[in-house]
Amino acid sequence: MAIAIVILILILVTVIFHFLSPWWFTPIASNWTSIDTTINVTLWVTGFVFIIVNLFLAYAVYRFRYNKNRRADYEPENKKLEGWLTLVTTVGVAAMLAPGLVVWADFVAVPEDADEFEVVGQQWSWSFRFPGKDKVLGKVDTRLISAENPFGLSLSDPFGKDDILVNSNQLHLPINQPVKVLQRSKDVLHNFAVPQFRVKMDLVPGLTSYFWFTPTKLGDYEIFCQELCGFAHYLMRGKITVGSLAEHQQWLTQYPTFAQTQNQPKGDLIAGKKHFQNCVACHGDQGAGNSALNSPRIAGLSQWYIKRQLSYFKDKIRGNKTDDTFGLQMASMMATLPDETAINDVAAYIESLTTIVAKEDLTTLTNATDLSKGKALYSNCRYCHGENGQGNYILNAPNIAGQYDWYLKRQIANFQNRLRGTHQGDLYGNQMVLMARLLHSEQDIDDVSAYISNLPTTVTKTSNQQQLK
Amino acid sequence: MTHIAIAEQLDDSHEPGGFVTKYIWSQDHKVIAIQYAITAIFVGLIALVLSAIMRLQLGFPDSFSFIDPSSYLQFVTMHGMIMVIYLLTALLLGGFGNYLIPLMIGARDMVFPYLNMLSYWTYLLSVIVLICSFFVTGGPTGAGWTLYPPQAILQGTPGADKGIILMLVSLAIFIVAFTMGGLNYVTTIFQARAKGMTLMRMPLTLWGILTATILGLLAFPALLVSAIMMLFDMLLATSFFMPAIVSLGDNLAYTGGSPILFQHLFWFFGHPEVYIVALPAFGMVSDVIATHARKNIFGYRMMVWAIVAIGGLSFVVWAHHMYVSGMNPYFGFFFATTTLIIAIPTALKVYNWVLTLWRGNIHLTVPMLFAIGFIFTFTHGGLTGLWLGNVVVDLPLSDTYFVVAHFHMVMGVSPVMVLFAAIYHWYPKITGRYFHQGMGKFHFWLTFLGTYAIYLPMHYLGFLGVPRRYFAIGDSNFIPDSAQTLNASITVSAIIVGIVQLIFIYNVIWSLKYGKKAPANPWGATSLEWQTPDTPPKHGNWGAKLPVVHRWAYDFSVPGAESDFIPQNMTDSEVTWVSGQPPQDREKT
Repeated sequence: MAIAIVILILILVTVIFHFLSPWWFTPIASNWTSIDTTINVTLWVTGFVFIIVNLFLAYAVYRFRYNKNRRADYEPENKKLEGWLTLVTTVGVAAMLAPGLVVWADFVAVPEDADEFEVVGQQWSWSFRFPGKDKVLGKVDTRLISAENPFGLSLSDPFGKDDILVNSNQLHLPINQPVKVLQRSKDVLHNFAVPQFRVKMDLVPGLTSYFWFTPTKLGDYEIFCQELCGFAHYLMRGKITVGSLAEHQQWLTQYPTFAQTQNQPKGDLIAGKKHFQNCVACHGDQGAGNSALNSPRIAGLSQWYIKRQLSYFKDKIRGNKTDDTFGLQMASMMATLPDETAINDVAAYIESLTTIVAKEDLTTLTNATDLSKGKALYSNCRYCHGENGQGNYILNAPNIAGQYDWYLKRQIANFQNRLRGTHQGDLYGNQMVLMARLLHSEQDIDDVSAYISNLPTTVTKTSNQQQLK
Repeated sequence: MTHIAIAEQLDDSHEPGGFVTKYIWSQDHKVIAIQYAITAIFVGLIALVLSAIMRLQLGFPDSFSFIDPSSYLQFVTMHGMIMVIYLLTALLLGGFGNYLIPLMIGARDMVFPYLNMLSYWTYLLSVIVLICSFFVTGGPTGAGWTLYPPQAILQGTPGADKGIILMLVSLAIFIVAFTMGGLNYVTTIFQARAKGMTLMRMPLTLWGILTATILGLLAFPALLVSAIMMLFDMLLATSFFMPAIVSLGDNLAYTGGSPILFQHLFWFFGHPEVYIVALPAFGMVSDVIATHARKNIFGYRMMVWAIVAIGGLSFVVWAHHMYVSGMNPYFGFFFATTTLIIAIPTALKVYNWVLTLWRGNIHLTVPMLFAIGFIFTFTHGGLTGLWLGNVVVDLPLSDTYFVVAHFHMVMGVSPVMVLFAAIYHWYPKITGRYFHQGMGKFHFWLTFLGTYAIYLPMHYLGFLGVPRRYFAIGDSNFIPDSAQTLNASITVSAIIVGIVQLIFIYNVIWSLKYGKKAPANPWGATSLEWQTPDTPPKHGNWGAKLPVVHRWAYDFSVPGAESDFIPQNMTDSEVTWVSGQPPQDREKT
């Protein structure tokens, strides 16, 4: 008896929950309204069956509950009833399948006027490639991928020269223009998904997958990786902005062609050294940093990392919060670096510095720190920053070994307190914002900071150092 | 006729002697069944704890320092793998298959008792290897239960050094164990049925177990070869599943392999696996419903053909797990069609269950409550399958919480409902005692309502687009904060449901000693296992003489008969008829 009533209540609760739920599909922002229609058809058909079958169940349980004076019927089968039920079910299934297949036929047939671009996935970031003026994407090969050629473009294919390389997890697409998304992965499976666009597809190493859609609504959307891709799967995010065609073309001009990336100026060390004189007061003439002045060691940090951070300071992407006193101070210094060339030069110079700070100067944290605890906590960091904190260009992770522990501590706190990494122009900072949350106490932060600063500083020989000699 | 004579003999060559041969190195199918069941429930409890830890992280992120992204993925992976393979498959086939097959067909034991024993010990070995992976450096694999390469064996995934090797080895051992058991079950059902037990007189439980076992024998090899190929890729540097890869900045030596090949092999196993779990459950729940509703199962022949049709179709739907995998999208047409076709026999089974209740005389016992709960949850989970099977509807929902909610309803909650129904139903036969009714009902209500409170809202997170297998959602401009509240409430329900299972365990153990003594056939059931001379059945099951079958398994409330059930081994002349003789117009089955 109770079970019949409960089932009735559950049906009601389900229906009420459905109608009151604030959680439903996001407003659609692509051409795939036909998918939403199919979903609605499916919802109504299955919802109807759910209600009918369970109402029948509840009623049967109530009506035919045990009564010692009654006997059950004996009816092994009823061919007619079974035939009807088969027929009605088949019709219901066909009613859902048919529109589904029609829409799928649209999905597999890419319109001829669709513009192609490429999504490249890797653990745990996105990048994009546009075909350039010739409208043809150049040949690629995973085996050609290196720090100098992160997209693995063939050097001999002329079609690749003008390909525009968006080495960033932020994408811009023009509104109302169908796009064919060509996808590949450098390492493992990923999935390029934007809930508002409704469609998604895996990126598979070793082949090119594709799908298409037309963005139909201006705005910013999030890209999620939706195929488990390892440790930091949940951090593999990106952003799509849908704007006008003019905005899109403007956006594209910010990014270099493949040819340009191959001929990038290495950075003028003489000019860099000159600019560096403005840094000496705090960071020291060898970039060793200075605890008393709250300035970190920068000697030997990779050029690409210094460049990115300096541009962030310059564009107020980093050092833009009043609570981030030292970040603000650094941002104000950016006036001394007039342009991108200056930033590139000074970054090259900083990379060429080889000072190693003495261990006893690095650790100043007053809390007694437990290095073995720090090592355990560091296991979450090593995926990107490397076993020895040496950093990894491919993963956009800087060298952190041998940094002052107080500086590491402050940066982790800044990430936790949303003073760093939350600006929408900060490409990879958000990953650190979420990672920093894994440290639950100040003691944890102290331990891991101490562990990192105790990692031996490795100064890798780079072309910049060679050049200086 | 000779083989019948042989079957008739009480073979005492493997008669248990002392404690060790009776309870440890036992060749008695009933003991092996219980060994399988205890082991499976034990690992199931581990998997339950793992799911609670996962839920804690999702419901209350940043609150527990012992859960980090690595351990989270490891818990997710081990939870899924243990539940699907080491609990459900092992308990349904190794446990109930073993216990029920010889008793239900009227045989003294399995046809290969020694192989049967070996199957259990091999299964136990696979479980030990699996558990060992928790204690190696790096911990168990965190590749997700689907173990997709390349990530399963690359450094960016937790447990990629040792955990994954132990996982693959454990699976291979499990499959060896399953093959030994499975060949035994099939041979026994085909060869050792009592006189008169035609295939179309078998209880649906046997049809479910038989079909599921055949599916397993055909499907598990696909998993076995993919496990071995992945081990080769990892240890011998072959490239079956591995194309050229740059992993965390390192150019690896692999070249030319196909990650999608693995997915095809995995799901060629993985989809039938759903039915390896579902079909025995379908069968058992049919018998529980018929017995406690005192009514024959409606449309028996349709039910048998539906089981066989579902079994056959389950081999041609696998790629519906791969609509967005990057395989040739034209496959979508084929697999969406086959997948939705499989819904038809499945729907007919649901209709037949509720039509069995119709005009029954329903005893709302604990097993029956679980069976009714199953109909409700399975209807829900089955219908959402139509969403995901329909390829375009799958596009937005694939890899979201909708999928998690769907498969937990359909192959988590539903089969577990049947398992509980079955344990409560057969408990008096297995132990000779009743379980405690009150505790059983309490267990039912909290489990039934609790699981719905977990999974109904979870579908809506999926509609929203919340991705599965995320350690934390973090900041997002379209996922409202209320989604976090919802997640917290799901976690609370999950913890409650988890704790309630302790009551079940307690009930099972408590009733062994303190339960009311049960008669041989407490529910008035017709099938042979309830007609044994001893309860619990002794070694050899049938005493001196094997039963002879005279009717199908569903002679409940036969018109004209005095009792509301007629056991399968009773002749018409043994039945007490109200009018003194059987009615003439009765349909013979």
